[in-house]
Amino acid sequence: MDFQLTKEQEFVRKMVRSFAETEVDPIAADIDKEHRFPEETVKKMGRYGLLGVPFPKEYEGAGGDHISYAITVEELSRKCASTGVICSAHTSLCVWPIFAWGTDEQKKKYVPDLTSGRKLGAFGLTEPNAGTDAGGQQTRAEDKGDHWLLNGSKVFITNGGYADTFVVMAMTDKQKGTRGGISAFIVEKGFEGFSIGKTEEKMGICASSTTELVFQNCKVPKENLLGNVGDGFKVAMSTLDGGRIGIASQALGIAQGAFDVTVEYMKSRKQFGKKLSQMESLRFEIADMKTRIEAARLLIYRAADMKDRHLPYGPASAMAKLFASETAMHVTTKAVQLHGGYGYTKDYPVERMMRDAKITEIYEGTSEAQKLVISADVFKK
Amino acid sequence: MAFKIIVCAKQVPDTNEIKIDPVTKTLVREGVPSILNHDDANALEEALKIKDQYPDTTITVVTMGPPQAKDMLIECLAMGADEGILLSDRALGGSDTWATSNAVAAAINRLGGYDLIFAGRQAIDGDTAQVGPQIAEKLGLPQVTYVAEFKLSEDRKHITVKRALEDGYELIEIDTPCMLTAIKELNTPRYMSIGGIFDAVRKEIPTWGAKELGVDVDREVGLEASPTNVFRSFTPAPKGKGMILEADTEKEVADKLLINLKSKHVI
Repeated sequence: MDFQLTKEQEFVRKMVRSFAETEVDPIAADIDKEHRFPEETVKKMGRYGLLGVPFPKEYEGAGGDHISYAITVEELSRKCASTGVICSAHTSLCVWPIFAWGTDEQKKKYVPDLTSGRKLGAFGLTEPNAGTDAGGQQTRAEDKGDHWLLNGSKVFITNGGYADTFVVMAMTDKQKGTRGGISAFIVEKGFEGFSIGKTEEKMGICASSTTELVFQNCKVPKENLLGNVGDGFKVAMSTLDGGRIGIASQALGIAQGAFDVTVEYMKSRKQFGKKLSQMESLRFEIADMKTRIEAARLLIYRAADMKDRHLPYGPASAMAKLFASETAMHVTTKAVQLHGGYGYTKDYPVERMMRDAKITEIYEGTSEAQKLVISADVFKK
Repeated sequence: MAFKIIVCAKQVPDTNEIKIDPVTKTLVREGVPSILNHDDANALEEALKIKDQYPDTTITVVTMGPPQAKDMLIECLAMGADEGILLSDRALGGSDTWATSNAVAAAINRLGGYDLIFAGRQAIDGDTAQVGPQIAEKLGLPQVTYVAEFKLSEDRKHITVKRALEDGYELIEIDTPCMLTAIKELNTPRYMSIGGIFDAVRKEIPTWGAKELGVDVDREVGLEASPTNVFRSFTPAPKGKGMILEADTEKEVADKLLINLKSKHVI
C-alpha cells in the first residue's frame, strides 16, 4: 500500500489549485449571486486539459489517472462547487460513457472535441417520474429503420443549457423493462426535435446550468446508439459508478474549502478576549471536521485507484460518495456555526458552501441510493 | 528554419521569511517550498508565445541549483518547454553571480546553435539582476534588460523591444542572436497543462556537472572561486506600524494627516 500521491498527482494538485485561486475564486461569489454559468472559465479549463483528465492523449485527453481527476474536481470545488460539477458531469457522465461504450467511430467523432473542451458534455437519465427509480423511463426511442425517433423529456440535467453533446437514455422495449429495455444514445445539440426546456432555480450550485431536455420526434441517426440495443441500464449504472467519484470529490472540495476559511477566521476572530482558535471546545470541532475530511479523501482516492486498476469499484465509490457528501454537509454546517452571524451572510463564502453541499447528498444517487448499492453488495449471493 | 530559444530560470524559495544559514550566510533551501522565479516565468511565457506562433521553435530551459530544482524544470516542461537541463554539482555550490554566469554560459555554449536567450530580470531571493547580463557578456552577445514588450520580425532575425526604465521606456531594435531579460509587465505566464504534467514527469532531464560543463572548479565556479562573498545576511527590523486615518470626508482626513505630520516635525 502506498498512501503517497505520485509526482504527477502532486503537480496536478499544484496546477489546479493555482488555476482555482486565480481564475475561479475571484468570481465564485458573483456567479453564484447572478446564477451565471462561467463560460470563460470553462473555456480555460479546456485549454489546460481540465476537461479530459483521465483519457488518453490519442483522444486529446491529458493521459492522466482517476486520482488526478478526483484531485481536479476537488481543487475546483474548494473554491466553487458549480465549477467543480461542470467538470465532473462533463467528464464522468458524458465523455466516460462514450469512451467506454462507444465504437471506434463514435469515440473518434465525439471524444477529442469533448476532452479538449471544444465541446461540453451532459448526461440525460433522470425524468420527472424516474429519479432514484431510474428504470421507470418514459422517454421512448422507436426504431424507424434508418433512424431512431425519441420522444419524452429529461429533468435536472447538469450542463444542460451549455452542452453540445448529450448521452441520453430512452426506453426501446417497454416489455423488457429496466434490464434490456433501455438503450443509450448520443444526441447532439442541433438535432431536429431536440430542445432545452425549463432552467431550474436551485438552492445551491447556482452557477451551474440545470435544465430540462425535450425530445419531440427527435431524429437520432442509427450510428448514435451507444452500446447495443438494451444496454442502456448497464451504460447508465456503470457511468454513475464513476460519476460518484466525481461528486464525492466535489463534496470533499466543498468541505475542504469551508474548513480552510473557517480555520483562518478562527485565528483572527476574538470573543471574550480570546481568539476562537484558542477555545478548546471549538478546536475540538475543528479536529472532528478535519478527521472526517481526511477519511472522505482516503475513501475517494481508494475508489479512484480501484477504477484505474480495473477492479470492481461500485460499492467503493458509493461509500466514498455517501461519506464525502455527508462530510460536506457536516463541515459546512459547522463552518457557518463557527462563523456565527457572519457565516449566515453572503459576505462570507461558507453560506454559499453550505447551500452547495446539500446537492451532493442528492444527485448522482441520493445517500439512500448509495446505501442500496452498498448493502446489496454486503448481502449478495 | 527552426528557431532555438534558451530560457535561463531559477528555483527560488516561495516565502518572505527566508532562512539564512548562520555559518555560510547563504540561503537554506531545504524544507522551504520552492517555485519558479516570477520574472523567469515571464521569460518562459514569451518564449512559449513565439512557439505558439512558430511551432518549429524549440525551447530549452537551463537552471543551476540543487537536485530538487528538477521539479521546477518539470513545471517548465509542463508549461510547454521542450527540454530542461539541470546544472547541479557540489563543485557549483555557493557560486556568486559571477561564478553562476560562468556555469550557465558554459552550458549555453555546450548547447550551441541558439537564436535567443531569455532570462528573468532578477530572482526574488538574491535580487541582484546580474546573472543575465553577465551571461550575455561571457557569450559576447548583445543584450537588453527590463524587457516589457517584445516583437519578433517575420524572418525572425530582428527583435523590437520596449525597455522599461525608471522614468520611461526605450524602444530598441536588436538582431538575433541576443540576450533579453524579462520583467513582469511583459506578459502573464500560462499555467502548466494537465496533459503537459504527465509528459513532463516522464521526460528525461539531464544533469550536467562541472565536468560536463568543462569549467575550472578552482577558478571559475563554486564558493571558493566566487569573487564576492556574502558578509552578513539579516532580516531588517520592521519599520513602525502604519496608521490608518478615518474621517467622514476627504478634507477631514487630509486635516488629520496634516496635524500628524506637523506634530512629528515632518513638515
